[in-house]
Amino acid sequence: MSPPPPATSADTGASRAEYCVIACAEVFRGDGEVMASAFGTAPALGARLARLTFAPDLVLTDGDAALIDGAPPLGADPSALVVESHMPYRRVFDVVWSGRRNLIMMASQIDRTGNQNISAIGAWSRPTSQLVGVRGAPGNTVNHSTSYWVPRHSSRSFVEQVDVVSGVGYARASAAGPSASRFHEIRAVVSNLGVFDFATPDRVMRIRSVHPGVTVEEIIEATGFTLEVPDRVPDTRMPTPRELELIRTVLDPRDSRAREVP
Amino acid sequence: MSLDELVGELRSGMTIGIGGWGSRRKPMAAVRAILRSPLTDLTVVSYGGPDVGLLCAAGKVAKVVFGFVTLDSIPTDPHFKAARQNGAIDAMEIDEGMFYLGLLAAAQRLPFLPTRAGLGSDVLTVNPSLRTVTSPYDDGEELVAVPALHLDAALVHVNRADAHGSGQILGPDPFFDEVFLGAADRRFLTTERLVDTERFLAEGPLQSLCISRLLTDGVVETPGGAHFTACVPDYPRDEEFQRAYVAAAADADLWSTFAREYLEVAESDYQSATARTRTAEGGR
Repeated sequence: MSPPPPATSADTGASRAEYCVIACAEVFRGDGEVMASAFGTAPALGARLARLTFAPDLVLTDGDAALIDGAPPLGADPSALVVESHMPYRRVFDVVWSGRRNLIMMASQIDRTGNQNISAIGAWSRPTSQLVGVRGAPGNTVNHSTSYWVPRHSSRSFVEQVDVVSGVGYARASAAGPSASRFHEIRAVVSNLGVFDFATPDRVMRIRSVHPGVTVEEIIEATGFTLEVPDRVPDTRMPTPRELELIRTVLDPRDSRAREVP
Repeated sequence: MSLDELVGELRSGMTIGIGGWGSRRKPMAAVRAILRSPLTDLTVVSYGGPDVGLLCAAGKVAKVVFGFVTLDSIPTDPHFKAARQNGAIDAMEIDEGMFYLGLLAAAQRLPFLPTRAGLGSDVLTVNPSLRTVTSPYDDGEELVAVPALHLDAALVHVNRADAHGSGQILGPDPFFDEVFLGAADRRFLTTERLVDTERFLAEGPLQSLCISRLLTDGVVETPGGAHFTACVPDYPRDEEFQRAYVAAAADADLWSTFAREYLEVAESDYQSATARTRTAEGGR
């Protein structure tokens, strides 16, 4: 495993979306042979970029029922993919429960201790807005490393307390006992403004880095709870020239990433 | 058997499992037949898609057991959303892995199966009937005991079947259809095409024969019977029709027009009425 390239303030011409891709790629650093699942454009690009560069053993899926070799461009013709294994949903649970997976999910709401909500807004018994449902979030979060991607950071998505705990955060995992916390890890939260983690003594969300062009004040303003702010907040590391070339010419030539994060 | 005979085997108040996943390989012809029937007060157990939405819209549902309800290319189903937001239905929302274990427990005649999934989440708080179990071994781990999800009936749609009730799934994912059938008292297949048993291995490899007649009580041939959900390799999701389904949910008048045209008609008329959009998106 190679360490990440040093962050510098030199201007690479990288867009905000490209910093988000880099931040998502970093989630997979050092994982070895695990199944990468990534929802959203920046996470999908990040997993593929990691696979092509510093995480060559990462196992990618076709988004359907196959594991694939290599790292195809976004929206690649399915017939052009090189299939290496069959991964129907029933087998996905074997992988989830074995822990050989690293996941970036979306979050409609995320809170200070890392609880995530994709179930419902308002009271669960009669929601003001029914969302997709908890899906696999409860099981994912207590079985393998999970991170979150929030393309629009706001006080509506970063809330003091989520309405329905779907993905389990640190305080809830700890309160639920050793079986819940044994394999629990919320590795990172990546938003369009910065990168966040829970590397504090009481496991609450702190700013790990800001994307260049964003200020700490802006992030605090856009967050519905009190973030931990270290004395010195670094910039999110910039992409290397090779990474930028891979993103722009190989993985996402049609610039889908700019539609997700303008 | 026919769709009417299949529906004749069901009763109001039953717990019915529906195979497929999201907007993929759903037994939609059977769902449409339920919509036309007097059945009501159903508990629907589903990796939910438009099957759940349509049954909610028709007032057939007392309760939904789900981990998600999605149309895949459209994140949520408008009718399920409305039913939840209006408080029109009861709900049991569990992790999608717990859902699998609940069906598996029922299929194996066990009271529960243990898992880590659910611990620490609101799945345990919104379902106060869920219990945990402590490992009897030295580890002493406390795990969720997912109760058996016993089904009165299961409905599953497959690409090919024979008249004896063996089923063949030619798409990339058999989902949990086999487990739904195992968990149910009365088990029904609908199929794109009935074939002679000796045809099976010409249609697909041995591994595609994943549903044996040990698991089924009846089979109905329903060409296009998963429409508008995906039934690859026979046909992809009819995205244009799915968008029309969602658009029609926007108000009562639009919906009654949609229902008149597509739902209050015989299955054969549904198939001819929807041939247009299917042709338009053919091969996608």
